[in-house]
Amino acid sequence: MALSSRHLLGLQGVPKEDIQTILDTANTFREILERPIKKVPTLQGKTVVNLFYESSTRTRISFELAEKRLSADAINFSISGSSVSKGETFKDTMKNIEAMKVDMVVVRHSAAGTPLYLTKICNSNIINAGDGTHEHPTQALLDLYSIRQKVGRLEGLKVCIVGDIAHSRVALSNIFGLKTMGVKVSVCGPSTMIPRDIKNLGVDVIYDIDEAIQENDVLNVLRIQLERKAREYFPSIREYAKYFGITQERLDRNGKDVLILHPGPINRGVELSSEVADGSNQIILYQVTNGVAIRMAVLYLLGTLN
Amino acid sequence: MKIILKNIDVIHPEDKINIKGTSVLLDNGIISKIGELDQDEIREVREFDFSGKILVPGLFDMHVHLREPGREDEETVLTGCNSAAAGGFTGVACMPNTEPAIDTAEVVKFIKEQASKHLVDVYPVAAASLGRNGEIISPMAELVEAGAVAFSDDGVAIKTSSVLRRAFEYSNMYHAPIIEHAEDESLADGAMNEGINSTLLGLPALPSVAEDIIVSRDILMAEYTGGRIHIAHISTKNAVNLVREAKKKGIKVTAEVTPHHFTLTDDSVKNYDTNVKMNPPLRTQSDIDAIIKGLKDGTIDCIASDHAPHSIEEKESEFQFAPNGIIGLETIVGLSFSELVHKNKIGIEELILKLSINPRKILNIPIPKFEVGALANFTILDPDLVWTVDVSKFKSKSKNSPFDKRLLTGKSVAVINRKKMYIDNQWLDLSGA
Repeated sequence: MALSSRHLLGLQGVPKEDIQTILDTANTFREILERPIKKVPTLQGKTVVNLFYESSTRTRISFELAEKRLSADAINFSISGSSVSKGETFKDTMKNIEAMKVDMVVVRHSAAGTPLYLTKICNSNIINAGDGTHEHPTQALLDLYSIRQKVGRLEGLKVCIVGDIAHSRVALSNIFGLKTMGVKVSVCGPSTMIPRDIKNLGVDVIYDIDEAIQENDVLNVLRIQLERKAREYFPSIREYAKYFGITQERLDRNGKDVLILHPGPINRGVELSSEVADGSNQIILYQVTNGVAIRMAVLYLLGTLN
Repeated sequence: MKIILKNIDVIHPEDKINIKGTSVLLDNGIISKIGELDQDEIREVREFDFSGKILVPGLFDMHVHLREPGREDEETVLTGCNSAAAGGFTGVACMPNTEPAIDTAEVVKFIKEQASKHLVDVYPVAAASLGRNGEIISPMAELVEAGAVAFSDDGVAIKTSSVLRRAFEYSNMYHAPIIEHAEDESLADGAMNEGINSTLLGLPALPSVAEDIIVSRDILMAEYTGGRIHIAHISTKNAVNLVREAKKKGIKVTAEVTPHHFTLTDDSVKNYDTNVKMNPPLRTQSDIDAIIKGLKDGTIDCIASDHAPHSIEEKESEFQFAPNGIIGLETIVGLSFSELVHKNKIGIEELILKLSINPRKILNIPIPKFEVGALANFTILDPDLVWTVDVSKFKSKSKNSPFDKRLLTGKSVAVINRKKMYIDNQWLDLSGA
């Protein structure tokens, strides 16, 4: 029942049994979320700090709800920018917070590797809520959970991750988690957004979205960043939407009941047409609900380990 | 003061000297005799028994950052020189990315003045462009007159081909080479080598082609202008091949490599240790293989440390926000022996060429002579000394080394230059009768 690590830093190297345990535990919490009183005393007396060095309203709210529904004391600590610009080092900030006697830290940071660094400088359980373009394990776990609930299994499925793979922590965590669970994983997107060495991860690369729809049971469609810097990787939003955007017409043409996931927030009319975003193939809001259950499961499993 | 270095092997690969178990007599820091000494000569003389050790022309590190002026909290000319002496070096060339940059005669003179009483010779490399901005070439004539030995915008490549052309043409009047940090700025927005490891670690990456492109550009421009280009800290397979081909064509190109680039690969980044963050980044095993080949066949002329001190506060941060660079003066000899000589990649004489003779040739600095009447400029090496790196004992002001606790074989045990000797953490004055 217990996990093999006291932190959740990523899904790389996490054993199948651990993922299984988290998904099974999430099932229990999923039921609680349907009750009129959505609160259990499991983590009473535990203090969890949500340390967000990068703004992310939905992930933070999801964690905060998960913490509160487990009766933990949740503290939010949001800082924009790096520690360097703030005048206090990241280490000092962390040491100060821990000196106030906290038990767990949920960390979101723009720099990859920050959660691992935290495990070296403090004693709390560390949960990665997204580090740079590295990993976002709870997002991948909720994706896995949602797929398993809808399809009934993971083993043997074919899942394609669509979009900016190179700059996505969601993609990397999904690749690790899905592969561990016996899923055949491919990625689809403009070649400028696919890491050169991705095939070394045992992942197929598809450049044709129609082929991706035809060949897969599930599409996990990522948000395209529209900021100027991200925009250097593709010629125009119009061209992206035309060649990689998923429309109802495209789904109908390929005649397939492919399951569509999206971690949100959606750029309507870019990676998904509005029709698809609200249509019968997608399970976007279902993912959001499951996100709370998955985070409750992770907090519970790590928080009761000590 | 008279001293005798006894039972020592004397090796000078440039002058084809190789004498086993001899004695060297110094009087007032000047070579008085090499060979067997009679009783009269050893009266009232301090003796040092160096059996099993080798005496070579003082080692020279042509790529160090002394941080003064500007970041005296990280290193000063004096602490950097102490670190050099402890590492086995009697001379260094220091890079111009100080604050202010070394782009005026005043800064060159200031640095030389700071080092004037030290055992270690310090030769400033001046900025190739004013403020290292890549826009207007620096006052090279005045800088050379003040004591600069080469030009570089190190930290970055010379920004445009047109400035590079002017820098070559102008510096060539004074026979000073351009030292290039080869990196295409437009491809250089990263924290580690691009490859499977950067994908796995989610870190922004620096592709090896960013180096290859600038090496190509610089070789073509050196050929066109007749200038001399020295490629700093070469790190990629293609860059080594480009330099090899250019040398065959007779283009005036030389290259150096750092010990970390022939010792570590980007696998070392796995724990996000900021002490393996440097620029150029650690590459792959196939790059190391090409570098070793280049060291063997002479494509790579020198080994240099790229000694880059950084404060603990700066390095103790998120990997992608941490500054680039590691200190290296006190590990370069140990790593070179351990990774190259003891693994039979190159011989001791070749190593001495790359650590002493070649860098001085590139910078037009006189090579220490082993003859009576010459100023003693020596490094005494123990190739078989097994030791463990301990950064807390480093003479450098900074401690940012990924090699702490590493077991190495081969070390400098003493240096002699400018009538001073450094041995066993002590400074001896050799001047006077």
